[in-house]
Amino acid sequence: MKKSIRIGGFGGQGVILAGFILGKAACVFSDYNAVQSQSYGPEARGGAARAEVIVSDEKIGYPRPTTIDLFVAMAQEAFDTYRKDIRDDTVVIVDSDLVPRNDIGRPIYKVRAQKIAQDLGNKMVTNIAMVGVITGVYDMLSPDAVKKAVMDSVPKRFRDLNVKAFEMGLEAGKNARPE
Amino acid sequence: MTAMIDAERLRKKYLRDGMLPTIFCNGCGHGAAFDYAFRAFEELGLDMDKVALASGIGCSSRIPGYINADGLHTAHGRALAFATGIKAANPDLTIVVFTGDGDCTGIGGNHFIHAARRNIDMTVILLNNFIYGMTGGQLAPTAPIGSISTTSPYGNIEQAFNICELAKALGAAYVARWPIFHPYQPIKSIKEGIQNKGFSLIELLSPCPTAYGRRNKLGEIDSLWKWYEDNTILIEDYEKAMDYGTEEEKEAVRGKFQVGVFQNVQKPGFFEEYDKLVQRIIAKEDERKGGAE
Amino acid sequence: MRYERDPARIRKVLGDKVQFVQGDMAAAYGGLLAGCSFFGGYPITPASEVAEGIARMLPRVKGTFIQMEDEIGSLAAVIGAAWGGAKAMTSTSGPGFSLMMENYGYAIMTETPCVIVNVQRTGPSTGQPTLGAQGDMMQVRWGTHGDVEAIALAPSTVQECLDLTIEAFNLSEKYRHPVCLMADGEIGHLREKLVIPDEDEMTLIERVPATIDKDKFLPFGNSQTRDNKVPDFPTFGTGYRTYVTGLTHNKKGFPATDKQRDHEELITRLVTKISDDREKLTNVERVELDDAETAFVTYGASARPTESAVATARKNGMKVGMLRLKTVWPFPRRTIEELSKKVNKIIVPEMNLGQIVHSVREYSCDGCEVTLAPKVGGEMHLPDELFGYLEARK
Repeated sequence: MKKSIRIGGFGGQGVILAGFILGKAACVFSDYNAVQSQSYGPEARGGAARAEVIVSDEKIGYPRPTTIDLFVAMAQEAFDTYRKDIRDDTVVIVDSDLVPRNDIGRPIYKVRAQKIAQDLGNKMVTNIAMVGVITGVYDMLSPDAVKKAVMDSVPKRFRDLNVKAFEMGLEAGKNARPE
Repeated sequence: MTAMIDAERLRKKYLRDGMLPTIFCNGCGHGAAFDYAFRAFEELGLDMDKVALASGIGCSSRIPGYINADGLHTAHGRALAFATGIKAANPDLTIVVFTGDGDCTGIGGNHFIHAARRNIDMTVILLNNFIYGMTGGQLAPTAPIGSISTTSPYGNIEQAFNICELAKALGAAYVARWPIFHPYQPIKSIKEGIQNKGFSLIELLSPCPTAYGRRNKLGEIDSLWKWYEDNTILIEDYEKAMDYGTEEEKEAVRGKFQVGVFQNVQKPGFFEEYDKLVQRIIAKEDERKGGAE
Repeated sequence: MRYERDPARIRKVLGDKVQFVQGDMAAAYGGLLAGCSFFGGYPITPASEVAEGIARMLPRVKGTFIQMEDEIGSLAAVIGAAWGGAKAMTSTSGPGFSLMMENYGYAIMTETPCVIVNVQRTGPSTGQPTLGAQGDMMQVRWGTHGDVEAIALAPSTVQECLDLTIEAFNLSEKYRHPVCLMADGEIGHLREKLVIPDEDEMTLIERVPATIDKDKFLPFGNSQTRDNKVPDFPTFGTGYRTYVTGLTHNKKGFPATDKQRDHEELITRLVTKISDDREKLTNVERVELDDAETAFVTYGASARPTESAVATARKNGMKVGMLRLKTVWPFPRRTIEELSKKVNKIIVPEMNLGQIVHSVREYSCDGCEVTLAPKVGGEMHLPDELFGYLEARK
């Protein structure tokens, strides 16, 4: 098993933390190897940002994805920029509020991670809700491992909020069908 | 008390075997600097096993070589940064840096600024001779306007560094300047500097007859030394002239080097503050995690 | 307050045994585990995370962190701290490493143990700050003036950023020499699984303190354990009253700048204390080399796509292997020589326009063809690109 995941968004949205949590869930709370790399511009906030995670049950050589198995977009600009790397069988998840123009000529997963976060009263946990969605949609890591990684990676005082966001995202992910 | 200390005995105690003669020229002021340092060490009763010296490059930076103590003769301008590390690793050591005007304020200016700003607990004895003496007399950032050097053959047009005013502005704990030919005040200042917990700067105006005096027509050694006498003024006298003097009196002192103690404040040095920080962090951590192992 | 290595405290600060962290952080962990008690550094991308990590951790183990005014001051303070008795390190990248060159030479000349972590980028000048490259592989060897030998290690994984930092400290103590961990922006910023070794899973080499009678001790000539090749260390404050200078010095440490014999003897010892141990210092990984006809010789991040390319080649029935240098300097001459006798072709993938390839060429023989596979611009080679090199040279 070897899966490459790309999460695209804009700087400050927490896509790198989202990728980090998936990698940590794989390495620390499951028995996989994982690598996570990132790229960002010189600006600390704003601009396109992306995190890439490879999860494998073998040693990982080249640490950047050569093909994308799962593509997650949390911003229109990121979707437009990175959609060219999508293969026919790449699983695509978008936040339909953040990526309204998302037609690629085939069904994709459309979820509302930001809406989940807003309903919880804090837009900051959009990324964690999306981690939940990814876990629910993409059968790779156990929800338990990812939840542990979430709890381990967020500030203590926001732990409950993040866990809630994760769980709601997970439910949304499980129920989502390509549309 | 100072006068009673026997010079021979001091030299035997503090000079390193096998390093003499010094590289210093006739009429150079630098030899006096380590004599003064010896007297200050002696009067403070320092354990020389617990003194670490540091220096950069230049005539003055050779001084630690002659002193029987641990000494780090480093790269040009970097002595204060090296010394910061020594003190960090062993705060029990008394750190004394010997440096020159070019070494400390030319190439080493940035380290000087930051060591003073951080108030690193060390004593810097800076021998200012207005010139790069060792390399043959090139322009120093301390050279008075009009100075002739091999690299300012038509006269220096740059404003000189006022090292003490700079150190004072940076908040250095102890700042003093003295001409080197009066022993008592430099010895007292070196003592006070070592006793002060923060960054101490003692600038000693030290003549370089070979590379500076000769080119700038300051005459033979006697008249060269007299030049220093004529061109220095106690801070108090300077201020008095400026506050109450006539225009002529003000004009007469304006171009002179003020000498004296510019600043002497007691405040914790960097490593004392760092220690407090560490104690605070450790205490909090041990409390949070239920005691240290 | 004096630092004393406290394993329990270090491990409490490091946290969980298995982590998912960046290479930069792993290097900081390695320093902490090795007993580093002083870090002087200056921020620079992509190495800043090393300093940031250790700035958080060092005070908690009673060590000292200072952000110095520049990289010159950083290495200066590190060397000073070493003479004060600390294990000390700094971290930097290309431009900062250039600034460190003079004091790097000073550390070599004065035989000061210390560690420099260089998370490399490219140049010349400011280049591409946020992107990885292997820009300083020759600077670490030849960047300072004069005749020197270098010890430089190149990690290819996050785990090695930790393991080889400990190794760098060990070698620095063993040889009394500044040792460089030549990481790069790719590995430095990569997050990967890291397993923190337990106390009994690591070996630490400690400084050999001077113990010879003070009147007889030659600070640059006497050692109890190493045939006087690596002198024992007279830590400042221990009563040896040592004079340490970057000038050519005799065994007493006194300047001997105009003495041809003293200089020759000193410099020869400084170089041969390392080069004589070249074989011992050789640390390589061999992948699929047994029957290989073509070999990649690689190091650092470049090894990652190379390993993938080798796997693809093997799947295609090509007899291809990889020799990965963990110790790049001193250069493993004999290993390269032997490899060149075995294979027909050697390809050297580097994230520069050719640095280590020159040494590979220098020590290859028997008509073995050595070619460079360069990659510049801030990215690693793609495995397919390297596979392309193989096909082109079939």
